[in-house]
Amino acid sequence: MPSSSRVGIVIVSHSDLIARGVVQLALQMARNVRLEAAGGTDDGRIGTSFDLVSAAITAADDGAGAVVLCDLGSAILTAETAMDFLDDDLRERVRIADAPLVEGAVAAAVAAESGDDLDAVLRAAETAGGGGGGEDVAPAPPGPEIGAGSITRRVTLVNSDGLHARPAAEFVKLAGTFPQKVAVNGIDAKSLLAIMALGLVKGDEIEITSDDPEAREAVDALADLAESGFGEH
Amino acid sequence: MGLDITWAVDWVRRGAETLSEHRVELITLDREIGDGDHGENMDRGFQAVLPKLDDLPAGSTPADVLKLVATTLISTVGGAAGPLYGTAFLKGSVAIAGESSIDAAGVATLLEAARDGIVSRGKAESGDKTMVDAWTPAVDAARSAADGGASAAETLRAAADAAAEGAVATEPLVARKGRASYLGERSAGHRDPGAQSTAYLLEAAAAAATNGTSA
Repeated sequence: MPSSSRVGIVIVSHSDLIARGVVQLALQMARNVRLEAAGGTDDGRIGTSFDLVSAAITAADDGAGAVVLCDLGSAILTAETAMDFLDDDLRERVRIADAPLVEGAVAAAVAAESGDDLDAVLRAAETAGGGGGGEDVAPAPPGPEIGAGSITRRVTLVNSDGLHARPAAEFVKLAGTFPQKVAVNGIDAKSLLAIMALGLVKGDEIEITSDDPEAREAVDALADLAESGFGEH
Repeated sequence: MGLDITWAVDWVRRGAETLSEHRVELITLDREIGDGDHGENMDRGFQAVLPKLDDLPAGSTPADVLKLVATTLISTVGGAAGPLYGTAFLKGSVAIAGESSIDAAGVATLLEAARDGIVSRGKAESGDKTMVDAWTPAVDAARSAADGGASAAETLRAAADAAAEGAVATEPLVARKGRASYLGERSAGHRDPGAQSTAYLLEAAAAAATNGTSA
């Protein structure tokens, strides 16, 4: 697979407005990703369209494949039916994600923007909003109750994007490689959306902590990554 | 006597007519426990098939008619019914591909393939309060009629009657699939619109077969 091509993303919704809105939101964080909206019926009613979904999948694929996100049940049926009618070659590069529409689309778009392959983009979508971070997006009050055995490192963000978009995605990806539970300013380090919701920008100090005595390596790795500026300057 | 292209075309015409006639009823059923678009969608889908019937090339088979219905429904029906009925007609078409005339066993095979397509697409089981609750009794009735030596028309009659009973029997059920499942217990007491439209479509198939054999 040529490394220059990115995985595309298709948003299937019963509503044209929702599909285009989700695309608009995700594009903010992934300007180079092919994001295609397939919302509503051919004649603009509420529903899903086999033709629109098929066309969107074809348009989203640039050789690296496409991940399809759907809203309600019958959107999934339409997407699956559309897949059945694709050329075998293309069908093998298309995945329907079992993911929350908005969170999944943002997470998938960020992963695709960072050049992840098809399965990694699918995984980003399917783990979005999971890991207990989904319903807990509000930042915890400063100085959370940390147990005596906790591990903490404080780091100042030096890169221009702060902990947003691609840097946030890299951070979450790294956090996901460790089994231990780690928090950033009290928020689950494995939840992309929760971390982005913190709105951390250049110059902010972040606190990376874990109550797990086994998490020293994880805390250090995440702190080192943040300190490195994520390759930005 | 087998069922040929004339039967298949007549089935679609009668299907379009009955769905048009019961459009409001299906909308009302769907509004009780779903999103209220079923009657509208089915009517639109079958109306879209009608003009295409005239363009079927000479020598077309019943399978060609079913395939035409499948692709049209998939592209024109916006709700879950499009992919579900589309898959049903497509799988049914594949099951009888190439045959210019189908007998009783062929009818049972067609219906079974259609039902299996719906189940694999929608992942619903019997008792989930979906169209499967009309299709499965229809398939069982068709199979036992065909095995018992019934004609193709009698086999479809048995299937249509069983589908109608199956649709009525969805009333007390609590939905476990589809939009109605969001209602939980409140979905009980209403007939499933997909099961009802299945009953109408199989009634149309049976009526077309009876008409063909008595003519």
